[in-house]
Amino acid sequence: MELLLIILIGLLYGAGVYMILRRSMVKLLLGIMFLGTGANVLIFLLGGITKGKPPVIDEAAKMFQDVYADPIPQALILTAIVISFALTAFAIVLLKRVYALVDSDDLDDLNTPEEEDI
Amino acid sequence: MIDNHILGPVFIHLFTAILQLVAWRKTATQRVISAIGSFLGLLVAIRLFTKVYTTGILTLNASNWEAPFGIVFVADLLSSTLVLITSLAGLAVSLFSSTGISRQRMLYGYFPIFHFLVMGLNGAFLTGDIFNLYVWFEVIIISSFVLMTLGGRKTQLEGAVKYMALNILASTFFLTGIGILYGITGSLNMADLSQKIKLVNNQFLLGITSTFFLIGFGIKSAVFPLYYWLPSSYHTPPSAVAATFGGLLTKVGIYAMLRVFSLIFIPDDFTRNLLMVLAVLTIITGCMGALIKLNIRRLFSYLIVCHIGFMIGGIGMFTKVALMGTLFYLFHDILVKTNMFLIAGLIRHKRGTMDMKSLGGLYAQYPKTSLLIAIVLFSLVGIPPLSGFWPKIFLFKEAFTLEYYAFVAALVFGSFVTLFVIARMWSEVFWKDVPANVDIEDKFEPLPLARKILLVLPIGILAAATLFIGLNAEEIVQLVDRISDQLLDTSAYVQAVLGNQNL
Repeated sequence: MELLLIILIGLLYGAGVYMILRRSMVKLLLGIMFLGTGANVLIFLLGGITKGKPPVIDEAAKMFQDVYADPIPQALILTAIVISFALTAFAIVLLKRVYALVDSDDLDDLNTPEEEDI
Repeated sequence: MIDNHILGPVFIHLFTAILQLVAWRKTATQRVISAIGSFLGLLVAIRLFTKVYTTGILTLNASNWEAPFGIVFVADLLSSTLVLITSLAGLAVSLFSSTGISRQRMLYGYFPIFHFLVMGLNGAFLTGDIFNLYVWFEVIIISSFVLMTLGGRKTQLEGAVKYMALNILASTFFLTGIGILYGITGSLNMADLSQKIKLVNNQFLLGITSTFFLIGFGIKSAVFPLYYWLPSSYHTPPSAVAATFGGLLTKVGIYAMLRVFSLIFIPDDFTRNLLMVLAVLTIITGCMGALIKLNIRRLFSYLIVCHIGFMIGGIGMFTKVALMGTLFYLFHDILVKTNMFLIAGLIRHKRGTMDMKSLGGLYAQYPKTSLLIAIVLFSLVGIPPLSGFWPKIFLFKEAFTLEYYAFVAALVFGSFVTLFVIARMWSEVFWKDVPANVDIEDKFEPLPLARKILLVLPIGILAAATLFIGLNAEEIVQLVDRISDQLLDTSAYVQAVLGNQNL
């Protein structure tokens, strides 16, 4: 299981970096999403994977008797997922607006000469 | 010492923002709420600062969870000073915005988002939990994305794409670092981490982890190979927004670096040398950019990059004197850079342009305002006895002692180029006559007197603060002396957070 996750993380990060380096806006977006997911899986893996041991204490015992699944990485991932969801939603809307204005999917076309503003 | 008032600066801006959401589309009410909220925020920040200054580090355990397990908020001298300066800068920007931001932008929620941004800044300064720091960073960047794009002009959106992509990337690096750090140590509390990190044997893994943090914060604070998003986006939003960004956002990166590298990853030789190389290159590239820019705000954007290098160099040397220089420069830089962009906004109001080629004659027309602006520009350049001068003494002295001659050369070069570009800007914008073929589009004269005061007063407030820390350098030096002691010897911080159990 760990090995599988390690390969998955490597793939996600690799694909994310590759996509971000492309010039297309959609690929930039995909790259950001891949990297975010990769980071989440990384936290999940490094928190230690424990199978079928929920962090619940028996009524009889006062403390944990056994190795248990660490709940903190799950809380972290949950937070990170919500945040990356919000960021991705914003990014999609922003890129859609830019696409409508610039009429190009190429990031190198985003070089309108500066105009003045208040 | 447990104190519930730590979160005051966070909550005041939260409630201000919520009240403004209630007053949606009522821009006059929003302006008043914003000014009152920022002023209350400043009062609370002053109170927090005096309390920390007199009684020592304050902490607050969220929901009363014991220290290493729950989220802890810590106000030490560094945090509380930065909260104080941020609140002051926030008040100035809030006043300036009430006239400097177009009504159209206010209708789409400029003020609530601005206060969410300041809330995020205060939260980032006050938290003692590294994952919580990440969350505050996200609060900051989401707010800043909205401020950046508000208005929706083409250049603005194009700048926002670059800004967004690199800031999300920085957050991902930061999150990856946190994940690995949690995997190694099993803790997120920064004080607890500083104890547990000493027990880790795998130094190589720690080095890699610290690099993740360095890259994440490096993108945020615009360090050499990672700064390109800054000059290509900071000149696009309105000046009040650019003032918040230029003055405060990059400095959060510096703060996070100071915190993480003093508490968790004490810089080893490799990190120090890396930071010094980055500092030298940051200064040089920032200066090169500043030399060729003729738009005032683009020029200021590159000066931000250049001066970030000074602070990175101070962190790289990581001795008491160097840290004193860095901290002093940090405080000075927040005030001055915020003010510079406000000044750019004022010039734009008076002349309708920010291009040096079509500007001129401001000194003849507005001598008093020009003198006020001159104080700020002189502080930026570092003419004694103004505030930019003192921190450089510490940096020079320490760079000579430690024999980082390349950094000394970069400091000289950076200071000289700053002087040169500011002098050029002064002669072009203020002394030169208005070019013959330029039509002046003056939006300042027709304004009612109250509006004019609202545009000039914030610049005056910040200039007065700059003068204060320049002329009153003795006390500021004592303050940064205490802060750098706290940064180098973190036992007081750890003890305040964890109690005595771990020492």
